[in-house]
Amino acid sequence: MTTHTLSVLVENKPGVLARVSGLFSRRAFNIHSLAVGQTEYPEISRITVVVDVDELPLEQVTKQLNKLVHVLKIVELERDKSVQRDLILVKVRADARQRADVLQIVDLFRAHVVDVSPDSLVIEAVGAPDKLQALLAALKPHDIREIVQSGTVAIGRGPRSITERAFERVSA
Amino acid sequence: MRGGCESRLTINEETGEKMAQVRAPKPSALATPQAGRTAPAGGTAPATTGQEMTGAQAIIKSLEMAGATDVFGLPGGAILPTYDPLMDSTTLRHILVRHEQGAGHAAQGYAHATGKPGVCIATSGPGATNLVTPIADANMDSIPMVAITGQVAASLIGTDGFQEADIVGITQPITKHNVLVTDPQEIPQAIAEAFYIATHGRPGPVLVDIAKSAQQATMNFQWPERIELPGFNSGARPHAKTVQEAARLLATARRPVLYVGGGVIRSGASAGLRKLTDLSGAAVVTTLMARGALPDSHPQHLGMPGMHGTVAAVAALQKADLVVALGARFDDRVTGKLSSFAPHATIVHADIDPAEIGKNRAVDVPIVGDLKEVFEALVPALAAEHQQHGKPDLEAWWAQLDDWRSTYGLGFTRTDDGLSSPQHVIQRLGEISGPDSIFTSGVGQHQMWASQFIKYERPNSWINSGGLGTMGFSVPAAMGAKVGEPDRTVWAIDGDGCFQMTNQELVTCAINEIPIKVAIINNSSLGMVRQWQTLFYNERYSNTDLHTGHGTQRIPDFVKLGEAMGCVGLRCESDADVDATIKRAMEIDDQPVVVDFTVSRDAMVWPMVAAGTSNDEIQYARGIAPEWDRGEEE
Repeated sequence: MTTHTLSVLVENKPGVLARVSGLFSRRAFNIHSLAVGQTEYPEISRITVVVDVDELPLEQVTKQLNKLVHVLKIVELERDKSVQRDLILVKVRADARQRADVLQIVDLFRAHVVDVSPDSLVIEAVGAPDKLQALLAALKPHDIREIVQSGTVAIGRGPRSITERAFERVSA
Repeated sequence: MRGGCESRLTINEETGEKMAQVRAPKPSALATPQAGRTAPAGGTAPATTGQEMTGAQAIIKSLEMAGATDVFGLPGGAILPTYDPLMDSTTLRHILVRHEQGAGHAAQGYAHATGKPGVCIATSGPGATNLVTPIADANMDSIPMVAITGQVAASLIGTDGFQEADIVGITQPITKHNVLVTDPQEIPQAIAEAFYIATHGRPGPVLVDIAKSAQQATMNFQWPERIELPGFNSGARPHAKTVQEAARLLATARRPVLYVGGGVIRSGASAGLRKLTDLSGAAVVTTLMARGALPDSHPQHLGMPGMHGTVAAVAALQKADLVVALGARFDDRVTGKLSSFAPHATIVHADIDPAEIGKNRAVDVPIVGDLKEVFEALVPALAAEHQQHGKPDLEAWWAQLDDWRSTYGLGFTRTDDGLSSPQHVIQRLGEISGPDSIFTSGVGQHQMWASQFIKYERPNSWINSGGLGTMGFSVPAAMGAKVGEPDRTVWAIDGDGCFQMTNQELVTCAINEIPIKVAIINNSSLGMVRQWQTLFYNERYSNTDLHTGHGTQRIPDFVKLGEAMGCVGLRCESDADVDATIKRAMEIDDQPVVVDFTVSRDAMVWPMVAAGTSNDEIQYARGIAPEWDRGEEE
């Protein structure tokens, strides 16, 4: 099994996320992460799905997704030809004694501190999933109180836009 | 492309990206017009654009505009506003069913028999959930169907209101598409799209759930000039290169088999199949959903493949060097243990749904397209191959096939209890009623025998629940088929178990003068389950005795039950009376007829491939396996 990142462009209609996610579970495909949001066109939403699946079942799930009436376009974004990012927020217990250590890790990973209290810090980090895993590993010796993580969002490298042509069809 | 619409479609093979531009030129093209009784849809409708009306009126107007002429339904609170203008419609015939499941199966039977989309209507909550089984059935068997359901008022949605059910959520996995409408202005668009989606590409069910508040509000009627569904693919044109490759394989294969599925019937492509069959000289098998796609009398037709297929059809696929799957989906009931299915064959797979290709079996030559267009391209391509290379020598193959066919032909042995053989009853029904009739069936032993022992000579004459396997399908489906094809004799071949699930629609038939005929193959049991208990559970008959047959309490008494529902009730208890009883039933044409054929419960369906085993392990009868290599040893 390998990890694949799919960008699914959908019409911005009610229930469309349920249709897409329901299809994955119905056809017994395991979703690693899922992120959804608007694109530069309000009519189009973009769902980024990361799935653990072999090549052949991936083709099947892509074909099944294509049959959903509100799905406009599906593009697989390969790791080396795309930028893939997750956002993570980590709440760490850090009093005056530990703070310096934690801040050093924050600096090393080019993360930010977005909330400070006498006993804790909230760290915000953006990066590829493996970088964020490394950050978490580095923070592990400290007292991690809470983690929240976004799904992966991804965009192809280079000048080409995958939304553009989908929009031409929606607005035709 | 059906429906007179133009389409452009290309698929970016790298990304799987769809680029479909679909334009429907005029509204009347939304319904697929067929021979027979069709009301001109858009044609007779006066100019309604811009007319002010209620949402309820808009629903009726939209159904008329879409070309619907017959709808099956049952009113209730949330759909009540719509039933009022329905009374005034001059082109819509509404048939009041006794249970919404009956409406759904009737719409399926209607669609299956006519090729036109079937329409059913139900209220919210329980009315809508009663449609779930027929919707799932239509989805599995690719039947074009539009279901209209009332929903509670928009302000109540999400509050667990009286008779509220999230039917769009419930039916999402079992519809081709569905939609909730709360804005009355969107009603015509939603219904037009529903008909379009149901009938274009691979057909299927579409549900339109309409809030009561939208039915009651006023709106300005605008019938959509064109359907715009940027994400909807109605199918590609067959690719010339793969068609060419398929033709080359057909021209050079030594043991070719055409594996024909229900897609050929849905596409209306029987004529094309006939041409390809004749030209190729290949063996042909027709699945449960495709019976009648090629006449059974055709000399190259080996019958049905699969779990209860003929030995010749099953063996042909197992030994084939080329299998050309046409509108078939490599269902587990056909393939048996998938890894050992057709092990020597190169696979050509033609289907309108790209997701079917490679889903179960890896495909060597994929062809995406409507079967009609596939045949139009493939037949001349094959003729050209023949011109260049001559026709292939299939003599040895046919000698082998004929040997299997003659040694292991379909047949049955009588049981020891002296009761009628169900196979005999069904065979005589087919022979006496003839190939112009329509036969529907429930699910189980009687279904398999009806598929095996009736000779089908034309498409759309065999209507059954294949994919979902819905017991109780036959009576309401027969009702729908008879409404769609009133001049044909329609027999519902049913089991005593199935009949007890949906027989109340005979009331609908009697009152609405829909004279179907029901043959209950009454073996006093849930027969197929009993057969498995006989074979695999040491004859421990757990909960399969129905007490309806010979020498039992006969509860219910099917003759009396039929009579109570306004039908003629007949009973036949011996082989000697079978012909006379069928003829008597055939003479009655002003009333539904119910015939209780009491038959032996010990009869079993053969041949059989046990579930999960390889097709190579087919048993011709209990404990009798064919000798595969007989011919080769000689």
